[in-house]
Amino acid sequence: MTYHADERGYYGEFGGAYIPEMLYPNCEELRQNYLRIMAEPSFQEEFHQLLKDYVGRPTPLYFAKRLSEKYNTKIYLKREDLCHTGAHKVNNTIGQILMAKKLGKNRIIAETGAGQHGVATATVCALMGIKCVVYMGEIDIARQAPNVARMKMLGAEVRPALSGSRTLKDATNEAIRDWINNPVDTHYIIGSVVGPHPYPDMVARFQSVISEEVKSQLQEKEGRENPDYVVACVGGGSNAAGAFYHYLDEPEVGIIAVEAAGKGIHSGESAATSALGKVGIIHGSKTLLMQTADGQITEPYSISAGLDYPGVGPLHAHLYVSGRGEFISITDDEAMKAGLGLCELEGIIPAIESSHALAIFEDRKFKEEDIVVVNLSGRGDKDLQNYIDYFNL
Amino acid sequence: MNRIKQKLQEDKKILSIYFTAGYPQLNDTVKIIQDLEKNGVDLIEIGLPFSDPLADGPTIQESSTIALKNGMHTELLFEQLKDIRETVSIPLIIMGYFNPVFQYGVEAFCQKCQEIGIDGLILPDLPLDVYQEEYEPIFKKYGLINVFLITPQTSEARVRAIDKASDGFIYMVSSASTTGAKSGFGAEQTQYFNRIASMELNNPQIVGFGISNSETFDQATKNTKGAIIGSAFIKHLTQNGVEQIGDFVNQIR
Ligand SMILES: Cc1ncc(COP(=O)(O)O)c(C=O)c1O
Repeated sequence: MTYHADERGYYGEFGGAYIPEMLYPNCEELRQNYLRIMAEPSFQEEFHQLLKDYVGRPTPLYFAKRLSEKYNTKIYLKREDLCHTGAHKVNNTIGQILMAKKLGKNRIIAETGAGQHGVATATVCALMGIKCVVYMGEIDIARQAPNVARMKMLGAEVRPALSGSRTLKDATNEAIRDWINNPVDTHYIIGSVVGPHPYPDMVARFQSVISEEVKSQLQEKEGRENPDYVVACVGGGSNAAGAFYHYLDEPEVGIIAVEAAGKGIHSGESAATSALGKVGIIHGSKTLLMQTADGQITEPYSISAGLDYPGVGPLHAHLYVSGRGEFISITDDEAMKAGLGLCELEGIIPAIESSHALAIFEDRKFKEEDIVVVNLSGRGDKDLQNYIDYFNL
Repeated sequence: MNRIKQKLQEDKKILSIYFTAGYPQLNDTVKIIQDLEKNGVDLIEIGLPFSDPLADGPTIQESSTIALKNGMHTELLFEQLKDIRETVSIPLIIMGYFNPVFQYGVEAFCQKCQEIGIDGLILPDLPLDVYQEEYEPIFKKYGLINVFLITPQTSEARVRAIDKASDGFIYMVSSASTTGAKSGFGAEQTQYFNRIASMELNNPQIVGFGISNSETFDQATKNTKGAIIGSAFIKHLTQNGVEQIGDFVNQIR
C-alpha cells in the first residue's frame, strides 16, 4: 500500500490526465521523460547545487521554544520562509526550469494567484535567461501590486487573465490555453501539485526535499527521523506534499492538512475543498473540487490568495478520502491571530497561508511529548498590506 | 442507423455548426437548431456551457459565461430539447466538457441523450484511454457516437489508435490552438490536411477551428469530408441575434 502516485498518475481514484487532445503531446512528452531526466546524475547535481547556493537550502528546522511552551507540546518549524523569494515555491521552479532546459524548451509560462509562484518562476527564468510569461487574474493583479512589480523587474511579462472570475483558476485556464497555442517551444511550470499527470507527482518530488531535510534534521536534534505529526497548509497542496512526502508511507507519523475556511465553512465564502468539494475534473485532474450541483466550478474565498483555489491536488484528495490525513479548516480570523502570535512569540512574520497551519494549536491539542513539525511555507512580507488593513497597524 | 453515420454516407461536404446553448438568450436553443436545419446545415453541435472551457478562445468563453448567467444548466437543456425530434431530423451532437456530464452521471446523461434523439457527444477532456476503460460500453448501449479530436501534433500512431476507437468521424483540429484563435489556413494546414488524407483512415475527417467563411470552408473540405464553424457563428449571433441565421449559413456555401 502506498500513498504515492501510480504509473498513470493516480492516487487511489484521483489524478490522471483529463486533457483535450491538444495537450496530449506536451503532457506525454513530459510523462515519458520526467522520471528519467530527474534520475540523471547531471540533473541531480545541478538541482541540489542550486538549492544549496541559490535558494539557501537546507532551510533550518527550528525548535520554537516559546510557541511550544504556550501550547504545551514540542513544535518545530520548517523554515521554508527563509528560501530565496520567500516561500517554498522556488524548490519546484528550480526543478522545472532544469526540466524545461533538458526538454529543449525556450519559453516558459506560469499561472499565479498571490504572485509567489509567479515571482519564483520569473526568478528562475531570469537566472537561466529564458523568456517568461506569467498569467495572473486581473483582480489579483490589482490586489498584489508588489509581486507584479517584482515579476516585471525580473523580466517577466505579466498577462492579465480577463476571463471568468479573473482570479487563480482563470489564470490557470489562460496558461493552459497558451500551452495549447504554443505546443512545441513552451514549457508550462505549474505552481502546485495540481493539473494533469505527471504534474502532481513531479511537483511533489521537487518539493520532497522539505521532508528529506526534516528527516535528517530531526535525527540530529531528537535522535529520531519521524515526528509524531507533520502539519502544513493546503492550497493546491505543494508545500504540504513536500512536507508529507517521505512520511506518507510511515503510518506512525500523523499527517495534518490545513485548509482555508475563509469566513466560515458554511458562510458561502470559503476555500475548504475537502469539506465542500465533490469529485470532479479541474485543470486536467480528477480530484475534489468546489462546484455547483451542475458541475460548474465555483469561486472560493480566503483572505490568503495562495489558498484561494477551488480544488486540491489529487494526492490530498486521496489522503482525505482514505483517512490517511487529518483535515482541519481554519478561518481568516483564526489565521490572522495565529500569524500575529508567531510574530510576538518567535519574532517571525509568517505568510498568511502558513498562519493557517499555525492556527490549529488553539483547538487541536497534542501530548506534551509529541513532536509536531509545522511547515512554515512562506514569509509575510508579501502580506504586509493585508496585516496592516486587518490589524489597523 | 445512427443519423451521423447516415449523413456521412451522403455524397457531399458536411457543414457543421456549433453554438452555445443558452446564448444569446436562454430559450434560443430550439429556434437556432430549427433555423440551421432549414438553411441546409448538415450537422449541429449543441454546446453545453461550462465555467472553465479551457480549450476555447475568448468568443466561446464569453458565450458560455453569458449562457450560464442566463441560467442554462444540463437538465434545462434536456428539457428544451425534449421534443426536438418532432421538428428536426439532421444529426445532433452535444459538445461540452466532461465535468458537467460526470456530475449528471455518465450513464444518466447518455440515457437522456438517447431519449431525446442526440446522436453523439464531443467531450474534449475525456481522454481516449479513460473512455475505453470506463465509458465505451455505456456510450454504445445508448447508441451514442463519441467523437475524438486530432491535431497537427498528434503522432501517426495515435491517429491510428483514435481512428480505431472512432465510429463516425474524426474531429480534425486545424492548428495548434484554442477555438477562434486563428483564422485562415496556410501551407502548414494544407500539408497537414494532405498528410492525414494520405493515411486513408477508416473514419472520415471533419475539420474544425479557424473556419469562418466560404473560402476557409472550401480550403478545409478540399481533402476532407466537412468542416465545423463555431466562433464565427457565435459572433454572428452576438451581432445579429437569432433572426438572420440564414444569412450566415448561405454565405458559407
Ligand atoms: C507561502 C505560501 N504557502 C502556501 C501556498 C499554497 O500553495 P500550496 O498549497 O501549493 O503549497 C502559497 C501559494 O501561493 C504560498 O505562497
